Amino acid sequence: MLLQRILLGLLTLFAITLIIFLGVSMLPGDAAEAILGQAATPETVAALRKQLGLDLPAHTRYLTWLGNILQGDFGVSIGNGREINEVLGTRLYNTIFLAAFAACIAVPLAVILGILAALYRNSFYDRSVNIVTLSSISTPEFFVAYILLLLVSVKAGWLPSLSNVRVDTTFAEHLEKTLLPALVLTLVSMAHMMRMTRAALINLLSNAYIEMATLKGLKRFRVIIHHALPNAWAPIVNVIVLNLAYLIVGVIVVEVVFVYPGLGQYLVDAVQRRDMPVVQACCLIFAATYVLLNLIADVLSILTNPRLLHPK
Amino acid sequence: MNNSNNRIFDLANSRLSRRKFLQASGALGVAGAAPGLFVGSAAQAAAPSMGGHLRIAMVHGSSTDSLDPIRLISSHTTKLFYSVHSTLTEIAADGQLMPLLAESYETGADPSEWIFKLHSGVTFHNGKSLTADDVIASLNRHRGEDSASSMKSIIEGIESITKDGDLVVKFKLSTPSVDFPVVLSDAVLSILPSTDGKIETFDVGCGPYMLEAFEPGQYSHYRRNPNSYLSDRAYVETAELLTIADSTARQNALVTGVVDVISDVDASTAGLLGRNDNVEILNVTSTQHFTFPMRTDLPPFDNNDVRMALKLSIDRDVVLDTILSGYGSLGNDHPISPANRFFNTELEQRVYDPEKAKWHLKQAGMSNLKVELSASDSLYEGCVDTVVLFSEHAKASGIELVPKQVPDDGYWSDVWLKHPWCASYWSGRPTEDWMFTQGYSAESNWNESYWKNDRFNELLLAARAELDDDKRRQMYWEMQAITRDDCGSVIHAFGDHIMAHSHNVVVPDQVAGNWDLDGFKLMQRWWMKA
Repeated sequence: MLLQRILLGLLTLFAITLIIFLGVSMLPGDAAEAILGQAATPETVAALRKQLGLDLPAHTRYLTWLGNILQGDFGVSIGNGREINEVLGTRLYNTIFLAAFAACIAVPLAVILGILAALYRNSFYDRSVNIVTLSSISTPEFFVAYILLLLVSVKAGWLPSLSNVRVDTTFAEHLEKTLLPALVLTLVSMAHMMRMTRAALINLLSNAYIEMATLKGLKRFRVIIHHALPNAWAPIVNVIVLNLAYLIVGVIVVEVVFVYPGLGQYLVDAVQRRDMPVVQACCLIFAATYVLLNLIADVLSILTNPRLLHPK
Repeated sequence: MNNSNNRIFDLANSRLSRRKFLQASGALGVAGAAPGLFVGSAAQAAAPSMGGHLRIAMVHGSSTDSLDPIRLISSHTTKLFYSVHSTLTEIAADGQLMPLLAESYETGADPSEWIFKLHSGVTFHNGKSLTADDVIASLNRHRGEDSASSMKSIIEGIESITKDGDLVVKFKLSTPSVDFPVVLSDAVLSILPSTDGKIETFDVGCGPYMLEAFEPGQYSHYRRNPNSYLSDRAYVETAELLTIADSTARQNALVTGVVDVISDVDASTAGLLGRNDNVEILNVTSTQHFTFPMRTDLPPFDNNDVRMALKLSIDRDVVLDTILSGYGSLGNDHPISPANRFFNTELEQRVYDPEKAKWHLKQAGMSNLKVELSASDSLYEGCVDTVVLFSEHAKASGIELVPKQVPDDGYWSDVWLKHPWCASYWSGRPTEDWMFTQGYSAESNWNESYWKNDRFNELLLAARAELDDDKRRQMYWEMQAITRDDCGSVIHAFGDHIMAHSHNVVVPDQVAGNWDLDGFKLMQRWWMKA
């Protein structure tokens, strides 16, 4: 079954490369026109297209690219001729670093708050945690970011206002510089996970076996942790994984506000300049992230569910 | 002809805080900073102090930026080039054209021949000595059929480049051009080290700073070149240039002391930023202007009465006060700014006049007019808002102006020069000839309103070859009048360059307005407080 999923994932990735290629080809203007901008004249555009190999037919370019990808070579950027593998490495590391950092804060926090919300359902605590998390998820990321920046960085001076990490940034420095964006991401991603934890638990609490556990005199906390939670993991894990995917692929706005050199900014720059190989590489990474995380979600659902683990 | 005293244009370099600016403009009853109309800051250090680390943040810079001068498209790499490389000539902070890598230059028999004598003993950062061959190889990359350079059309008038010994370069032009040396001050035409007529490295130059690190879209690091042939600049020991695209992030970086200077401060928030005690706003009059070119080859814009009606239907004062918050000056439907040398000071300022616009419409045989104007905020801050304002103003003239917001992406390839009417802007050009040739001459690819005026094109060629300044002035003045009253572009305002800096940097008395960040030469012209 796992093998089948992996093969399907690879097929999805292949389809995505095709869609991206066609999509970017359909965008008005190509790399030559984007590079020349206002300076584009018919002759200079033609000359640059020739230099960049853009005068070749689309299918030839696509197949060449696909061939290289299969050998693990993303090629070079049309814009500046740099090896994409090299840039992608640091950018991907930065993106995953920030996502992991945010997840380390957001996931435990969301699950604990969610459990407590289910435990004290309809209490003052439940209502206020819902209001706070829902407000922060409903506020645009950049706004949350600006508010935090103003309070924590500009007024109090506790944390740096820029997250401009470099290759030579140490791990500790990296943590310090990304704490603020990680907090922003925590605020905007927590509500989803928290509410799913709460909903999944409450859903189970109406089941007969929970009633049984309660009737035999177990403490409510114990009922939730030992009896309800194991059966609630599947939907919670799904939502957590979806949010992890978001933390990796959807944080361009936060990257811009904090000047963080992640993959999102790289992709947007590349789309603006019609730098096809870079766009393809970034999209492929993003798509692979989704496919992989979904696979992990499925595996985890199976692991947490004895019925799926031992099918008979 | 010795050109060392050739005053190409007289930039008004305004140094004033927002508050002083309001006082000054209020007192004179004008909303723009006219040349020479500013209060100089009181304390200026006598001699620049050496050393220190300067950090500059600017908007532009993309992760796909290249150091190949052929693909020099972002301001980040352009500024990098002006620091690391040298051009034959340069536009000094006061707007004069000065020889730079060339020790001097002069015309031959007439202005179609130019002779440049290079500084002797100049070395590149890698130790290689500069010779005429490097100059020829660097410039030849931009010429010829296969060239994909943005400067190709500007320098196609060069018939040949030859050397006379190791330190003399001779240019032969197809037509005489008095302003030719100005073109050679462009960063794209920087002189790079060559081997056997080929340029292979782009990060080694003979400029005042050596490039230590460059990460496209993020930062570049510099160290002072101890062997520089220039002694009148480069005071800070090390510098870094950061790309911070988000304007709030840029302001935060300055306020929290992460950087010392920022460019492109939003006009709408500059006043608020200036209230911070550690921050000084610096406002510089520039040649940058905003245009709305109509395609004069398409109806209804082929009728000059329609064009005039539209030119009379925008309230320029309101646009300057609201969109630009006063950081700019009024446009008079021609691209020559008060900062230019031959600015026509006697041309009457066009004002908002709906009645006259209606009269023009009647002349065109129309009782009302409906037109679409395409715009995008990627051009400049407030572009779409300007169009919306324009549309309100035009109602009084019986014109239905429909603002059409188009995607940011691909604006220059799909909207500009394609749509019948769209928004555009120019960073301006240092000379009248360059500006008119590129944006308004009949043959130019960038003639954005497809405008063909015989008298104008005749004058353009005549002025280019004219050596007598008075006669040239007359011609350029007439050309400004013709553009104002016939061309397809509504040019409503000139925008200032607004920067902000902390108190630990010292700003020289003169700040250039030809480009942002002191003509992109801030790093070599400013210094740190001792």
